[in-house]
Amino acid sequence: MRKLPLIIRREYLAKVRNKSFIIMTFLSPILMVGMILLIVYLTKVNDSEKRIIAVLNESSFFTDNFQTNESTSYIKFKDLSLEQAKDSTVGLGYYGLLYIPDFPNLEGTAQRSNLYTKEAPNTSVVNTIEYIFQEKLRQQRLIDIGVSETDYNSMKDRFEIRMSTFEGQQNLKGVNIMKAVIGGGFGYLIMMFIIIYGGFVMRSVIEEKTSRIIEVIISSVKPFQLMLGKIIGTSLAGITQFAIWIVSAGLLLTIAVLLFDVDLQAVSASANLPSDAMTDLATITPNNEKAQQFVGEMLKIHWVTLISSFLVYFILGYLIYSSIYAAIGAAVDNETDTQQFIFPIILPLMLAIYVGFFSVFENPHGPIAVGFSLFPLTSPIVMLMRLPGGIGDGGVPLWQFITSIVLLIVTFVGIVWLAAKIYRVGILMYGKKPTYKELYKWLKY
Amino acid sequence: MSNILVAKEVTKKFGDYVALQNVSLAIPKNSIYGLLGPNGAGKTTLIRIINQITHPDTGSVFFDGEPLQPHHISMIGYLPEERGLYKSMKVGEQALYLAQLKGLSKSEAKKRLKFWFDRFEIGDWWNKKIQELSKGMAQKIQFIVTVLHRPKLLIFDEPFSGFDPINANIIKEEIIKLKEEGASIIFSTHRMESVEELCEYIALLHESEKILDGKLIDIKKAYKNNVFDIGLETANGEVLMQELNEKFQLNKSDYNVSEKQLNFTVQLPSNDTHQILTYLSSIGIVNNFMERIPTASDIFIKTVQSKETHA
Repeated sequence: MRKLPLIIRREYLAKVRNKSFIIMTFLSPILMVGMILLIVYLTKVNDSEKRIIAVLNESSFFTDNFQTNESTSYIKFKDLSLEQAKDSTVGLGYYGLLYIPDFPNLEGTAQRSNLYTKEAPNTSVVNTIEYIFQEKLRQQRLIDIGVSETDYNSMKDRFEIRMSTFEGQQNLKGVNIMKAVIGGGFGYLIMMFIIIYGGFVMRSVIEEKTSRIIEVIISSVKPFQLMLGKIIGTSLAGITQFAIWIVSAGLLLTIAVLLFDVDLQAVSASANLPSDAMTDLATITPNNEKAQQFVGEMLKIHWVTLISSFLVYFILGYLIYSSIYAAIGAAVDNETDTQQFIFPIILPLMLAIYVGFFSVFENPHGPIAVGFSLFPLTSPIVMLMRLPGGIGDGGVPLWQFITSIVLLIVTFVGIVWLAAKIYRVGILMYGKKPTYKELYKWLKY
Repeated sequence: MSNILVAKEVTKKFGDYVALQNVSLAIPKNSIYGLLGPNGAGKTTLIRIINQITHPDTGSVFFDGEPLQPHHISMIGYLPEERGLYKSMKVGEQALYLAQLKGLSKSEAKKRLKFWFDRFEIGDWWNKKIQELSKGMAQKIQFIVTVLHRPKLLIFDEPFSGFDPINANIIKEEIIKLKEEGASIIFSTHRMESVEELCEYIALLHESEKILDGKLIDIKKAYKNNVFDIGLETANGEVLMQELNEKFQLNKSDYNVSEKQLNFTVQLPSNDTHQILTYLSSIGIVNNFMERIPTASDIFIKTVQSKETHA
């Protein structure tokens, strides 16, 4: 086993020194941050167009309601007929003309008002104008029924039901989703890691086959050692890359935020994070007491459990999948032949992610969530999504956690054993396009 | 113990396909041993068993008197038929890596590599990548890597494929030198003529079975059939042919007469050449008298044919 570190070292260096690997490592964070900046910038550009709307107001109900704001300027037309006003609007190149006729009552005025534009107007313009009318109408109605503005505002509070467990722990709205997002993040990380670096393992095996060095190597070391060294070396390279990504993306993002004054919330929203969580967060932030509770809840997450089980699931899950990738690499002569074998591997991973997002977020302890968090090919991802709730006592029942780990270990041993057999035979087979039947035969050699 | 490697009744199957059937071999120490046979005869499978890449279904293999064990790997050097190197790795680094896998320490490997690189005058290749080298150059590196850990047993599977004649010769000489230094060598090839002159011992494999093995001289002796090529300087060749025809059994299709020179082939009833030599010397000057020794491939074909007729 003295040779294993040698193999790991070579595989690691071979990967890390690879030019495209280096480029990917340093370019990806720049690309990612650049992309975010671009999205932010484009969103701003899209909105920054200043619109001028002419207002021809013949009524006495609306006087100073149309205030110029960041995106829209209102210009008052006076002593013009509607037709003249239209002509002027077009002539001056304004965005549109809001016509408010003279009518004895507000409702009638509102109903007879009209917004003239060249094309169908921008939604946000329409929304703003409609909002102004609605507010005016509401105020009028309040006056009609004799309720003062302050009285009305005091009624306006939204109601939120208090939630707690039977033990009296307070449940906070949004916390469950936040927890799921954290677990989902870990699960997603595992999936990405498996797909990227499992593929690296596979290509590295294919390279050894096509360069015909494989037989030279395995006359010195056991195929299993080589496979293990390759998997470990590649994953260390992967961890290095991930670490560089996280650190440099974090740095770049901080710099970008400071330099360009980017609104992070807008970024997250445009990055398509679950919007519920974001709005919940947003509603919480202004409320200091709730924010404290929220932070308290976050601190209550069993981070030690979560992170240590992340490591366990990550290592076992990754080893299972990457040994399958290694076996595939050994079975084929070139990368184009891998397609038929890759799909069945990706399938459970995708399934785990989708089941996670659609089912586990909704109901972390429902039958689907439980089933998939026990099934060894999906458990590394799905179980992690459930785990931020803790183990036992309102979280994942202990027996489920243990069963899932045991199943995972058993599968790990079984799969690695099978993969090593296929690998051992496959690396010395040339010029054969393997079928599943062929692979099954190899298991018996 | 005079044998470096002994295989006893080795059988290996891949599914329904029998790759080796009860093959027994003994490879004497400090010899060059030819493992000959056409493609698919089972040579590579046998070699892979010796290298512990695969394991026999039944039968056993002994290395230097001990049952074959993982630690023997470091005493074997193997140049496979399907050979190559990491293309994007530097020559020196790669050679160091492979040497360390064979159990050498880094400093020792470096020292020995320097020796070999100087010997082949390729010191300036150290920092080149394999993909920058020609095929023949890469093969030299491969050879160095195979012998660097000074193995007791060297196995070359189709050693000269991929070498141009000049480099093939260099390698041939190096191999002979290694043998003189005490190594035992196995040559495996389907091109029997390429190693025949080097081998002291051979084994012929055919369709997963060993059909013949032993000392090459003995085998040749057993397979020769007293056929001689003779050249005679004489004035009247045509007349002489008639005479010879009566006295000895001549191969008629195989003679020619040019001015004063008669070349012919004769098969004698026994290995006794005294009678014919005295006769020939009395009528002219014998300038060529050579026994036709069968080549390994002659023997191979003969053995296979006789096997098939017996079967």
